[in-house]
Amino acid sequence: MTALEHDPQANREVPEAGLGRRGFLGWVMAGTTLVVAADLGLSRTAASAIPSLPQVPEVYDLEDLQTDAALPTANLITVTINTDGTASFALPRMEVGQGIVTSTAMILAEELDLPVEKVKVTLAPARPELLFNQLTGGSNTTFSTYTPIRVAAAVARRKLLDAAAIQLGTTVDRLTTTGGIVSDALGNTVAYGDLATSAASQVVEAVEVLLKSKAEHQVIGKPRNRTDARDAVTGRKKFTTDLDVPGALPTMVCRPPEHQGSPKRIRNKTQVLRLPGVTHVAMVDTGVAVRAKTFGQCIDAVRALEVDWNRGTVSGESDQTILAKLKAQELPMVVPQVPVLAQQVDTRFEFMFRSSAALEPYAAIADVRKDRAEVWAGLKAPIVAQGNIAAATGLRPDQVKVNVVTGGGSFGHKLFGDHAIEAAKVSKAMGVPVKLMWHRVDEPRQGRLHPMATSRVRATMLAGQVLSFEQRHTSVTTDFSHGLGEMITSLADELPTGLGGLGFAETIFTLTQELPYNFGVVTQLLNEPLEFEDKFSTGSMRNIYSPDTCVAAELTIDLMAKKAGKDPMQFRLDHVKNKRVRAVLEKVKKEGSWGRAMPKGMAQGVALHKEYKGATAVLVEIDCRPETVQRDLGKETYTGPRVTKAVIAVDCGLVINPRGVEAQMQGGFMDGLAMTLSASSHLRDGRFLEGSWDNYFYTRQWNVPPEGVEVHILESDSDTPGGIGEASVGSSAAAVACAYARATGTLPTRFPINHGQVRFKPKSFVPSMPASPTNGLKKTY
Amino acid sequence: MPKQTFILNGKPVTVDVKDDVRVLWVLRDLLGVTGPKYGCGINVCKACTSHINGKAFNPCSVKVGDLKRTDKVTTIEGLPATVGAKGDDLHPMQEAWLELDVAQCGYCQPGQIMAAVALVKKVRREGRDITEADLDRIRNVCRCGTYVRIREAIEKGARAMR
Ligand code: FES
Ligand code: FES
Repeated sequence: MTALEHDPQANREVPEAGLGRRGFLGWVMAGTTLVVAADLGLSRTAASAIPSLPQVPEVYDLEDLQTDAALPTANLITVTINTDGTASFALPRMEVGQGIVTSTAMILAEELDLPVEKVKVTLAPARPELLFNQLTGGSNTTFSTYTPIRVAAAVARRKLLDAAAIQLGTTVDRLTTTGGIVSDALGNTVAYGDLATSAASQVVEAVEVLLKSKAEHQVIGKPRNRTDARDAVTGRKKFTTDLDVPGALPTMVCRPPEHQGSPKRIRNKTQVLRLPGVTHVAMVDTGVAVRAKTFGQCIDAVRALEVDWNRGTVSGESDQTILAKLKAQELPMVVPQVPVLAQQVDTRFEFMFRSSAALEPYAAIADVRKDRAEVWAGLKAPIVAQGNIAAATGLRPDQVKVNVVTGGGSFGHKLFGDHAIEAAKVSKAMGVPVKLMWHRVDEPRQGRLHPMATSRVRATMLAGQVLSFEQRHTSVTTDFSHGLGEMITSLADELPTGLGGLGFAETIFTLTQELPYNFGVVTQLLNEPLEFEDKFSTGSMRNIYSPDTCVAAELTIDLMAKKAGKDPMQFRLDHVKNKRVRAVLEKVKKEGSWGRAMPKGMAQGVALHKEYKGATAVLVEIDCRPETVQRDLGKETYTGPRVTKAVIAVDCGLVINPRGVEAQMQGGFMDGLAMTLSASSHLRDGRFLEGSWDNYFYTRQWNVPPEGVEVHILESDSDTPGGIGEASVGSSAAAVACAYARATGTLPTRFPINHGQVRFKPKSFVPSMPASPTNGLKKTY
Repeated sequence: MPKQTFILNGKPVTVDVKDDVRVLWVLRDLLGVTGPKYGCGINVCKACTSHINGKAFNPCSVKVGDLKRTDKVTTIEGLPATVGAKGDDLHPMQEAWLELDVAQCGYCQPGQIMAAVALVKKVRREGRDITEADLDRIRNVCRCGTYVRIREAIEKGARAMR
C-alpha cells in the first residue's frame, strides 16, 4: 500500500528542489510491536554532475564522500515504538560529547510528534553490514543520517495513525498527533504506546511518506539541553572504565621510553607477580601488561617492572631533524618568485606535533575466549576495530562482538581502535577478561598525534588585484587507516575529476580545503612524504589539516592586505567568494566592533574558514602586554598572551539544536586557541617529552577569554544540516594567530608560539609512569 | 589485609585493602563509586575532585590509610544529600549546570561541579564573592572546552547556594 493519498498533512514537502513533491519510501518490519525502517542511503539522491570549478570542496567535500561511500550499502536503520509509548533507536554512530544523541532524538521527536524525552537513542554495536555507514568523523553524522531517520519516523507515525483510525472508528485525515497522542475531532484520544502492538505488521511492507517542511518544525531548530545532561552532572553517565564486566580487572601497560618502541624481555616477572593485588603479567607487542585488583596497584607494578626495550620508530630524531626532512620535501610553487611589476607575499610556517588525547584516556574492556571475544570501548569506527580485533586474536569477525560505549571526548583519537585491539591482545595473552586503561603519560607519548607540518604560501598581486594564491602543505603522514581510507578506495572510480590518482591523505586534503576568497588562480597542495610512513602514531585530529592551513593562509592574507594598503577586514570583504562567507564576516565585524581603538600590546584579529558545508568567521581580541603575558599562577601553569574576547559567526546549514551548535563552536574555539598559543608535543631523541596536563598545555581557565566566546548562528537558506563538530577550530586558530601578529608587530612562524622553550622537567621514561602522589590532604580547599 | 574505615556519602564503609592504595581506586575499583574520574593520577587534571569534610580534595593523591574513621568523603553521588536534597533532587550547583547545559562528553563534569561547590564555600568563608581571578585559578581540565559555560554556571550556582 502507499500512504500518500491519505496523508493528513497534505502540505508536507520534500526538500529536493526541481523534483517537485516527492515521497520517500520506508518500511514497516514484521514484529510484535511497531518496527519501522529506512535506508541510510537516502541521504543523497544520485550524485550530481561535478562542474569544473576551481576547487573541489565547493561542490563535493569530505561529507559528500562519506555520504556517498555509505550509499551502496543500502542498509536499514530501524525505529521501534514500544508499548510504554516510547520510541527507541540505535544510532550507528558514536557519541563522544558532540551532542548527536540529543540532536538525533530531536529529529525523531519532530517527525513522530513525540516528546523528546520519550525518544530513547542508544549507540549501536558494530554492524559489519553497514560498512562505511558506521564511522563517526568528519562532522558527518547529522548530515548523513538526517533524511533516513526522518523517513523512518514518518513511517512510524503513519502506521500509528492507521491503527488509531481503526480503533477510533474514523479515517486518518480526521486525526491529529501531538505529544505521542492521536486525537480525533471529537476529543477521543489514544496513546502511541497503546497502538504499538496493533500497528505492528506480520510482514514487511513498503510505505511512502512525505516529510515535514522546515516551516512546520517545532523541535528542530529550537535550543534544547542535552538528553544525557542529568547523567553527566550526577556522575551516573557510564564511560568504559565505569562498566562492571565480571572478571574484567584493572589492567595497565608498561610502555617503552621511545615513541613506538617495543618490549624485548621482562627481567623480573616473578617478583612483580608477587606484588599486592597483581594477578597477571604478560608481554604484548606494545609493552608489558599488568592486571591487578586496582588501577593503583597496576601503576605500582608497572613502576616495579624491569624490561629490556627495543628502539622506537624515530630513535634519535628530534623536532629539528624532522623539520629539516619536511623542508627538503616541500613542493615547489608554480608562479616564479618576484615576477616583473607584481608584488609578492611569500610566507612559510611550521606546525608542531600535537596530542589528540581526550580527558578520558584510551580504555577498553576485552574478554577473549578460544572461540569468541567481546569488547567494550569508545569507538568511532567499530567495524574497522572489529576486523582488527579479529585479526589480532585469530578469530573470525563474526566471533567478535564490539559494544560501543559513550566516549569521554574523541577529537579524532577514538577513530582508531588502538585501545580495543590492545585490550583484546592482553586478554588473549592472559586468558582472562581485562579492563585496560592507558595511564595519562601514555597518551601524549605513545598515543595518536596531529602530525608535524609546514605550510608555504605565495600570493602574487598586481595593482591591488590578487592574481594567484598558492599553498604547499607538507606533513608527516596522517594515518587514515580507521576507515576513511577504505571509503576512498571503494569510491576511487566515482570521485570528481581532480581527485583520481591521489593518495588517501591528498584526497582528504583536497576534499577539505576550500579557500573562501577570490584570489585568482588558487592551488592548495599537500605532500606527505613516504619516508614518514608508520614512523609516528598519527591521526586526523579535530579538523584535520585545516587549523594549520587556515593559520598559514589567514596570516598571509593579513600581509597581503598590508601590501595593498587595506584594512584586513575590508581586504577580506573585498575578496570573499560568496554571500554565505560574506554574511559571517559582516556579522563578526559588527558584533565584534572591528576596528575599535585598543591599548598598545592589544589587537583584534579576524579569520574565515569554509568547510563542511558551512562557513565560520572568528574575531578575537588579544592582550600581549607584559603584565598579562607574565602572569604567574604558580608552577605547571602556562599563562602567556591572553585572548580576552571572541566573537564567532557561523552558517552551518539547517540547525537542529542551536544550543549544541553554540557548545561545539565554543569547544572548537578552545582547541584553536591551544593550537596557536600553547599546546604541542616536543620530540627529543625519539621520545615525546610531554606526559600530562601539567606540561601539555591545553587551554585552561586562565587562558579562557574572560569576556566570553560569543556565538552567532546565522539563518541559513540551506535545507540540510552541515557539520558543526569541527567548524570553528581552524578559523579560531587563525584569528588568534592574526591578532597575535598585529598586537606584537611580529609574524609568528612556528606554532604553537610557545614551542621554542621547554617549560617543564619531563617526567621519567623508565619507569614509564610517575609515582602516585600522597600529599593530597595538604592540598584541600 | 588491613581494614580501612571512613564515611562515604554519609555512611560508614569498611574495605579490606592495603594502606597505600589511593582513595580514588578504593572508590572506583573496590566500592564501585564511579562518579570521580581518572584523568591523570597525579593531582593535575582534577577530574577526580571530591570532598573531604566539606573541602575539595583529589583522591588520586591520598592513601586510604591516611583517612580517619571519622573522615567524611563526599563524591558527586553524595553531593545532593549535603544540602538535604531528597529523592531525585539535585544540589543547586548541579541545577545550574543543567540550566546552562554545560556538559559535552561529561567526563570532567563531576570533578568540575565538586570543585565549584568547594570554591564557593571557600570564598564565603573568606567573607567575599567569587571573582574573575578565582575562576581563572580553577585547575580542572575540560578537554571539550566547556570553560565558558562552566564560568557562567558557577556564578549562577553560587547565587542559588545562598
Ligand atoms: S585523576 Fe586526580 S587529579 Fe587527575
Ligand atoms: S565535557 Fe568533556 S572533558 Fe569536559
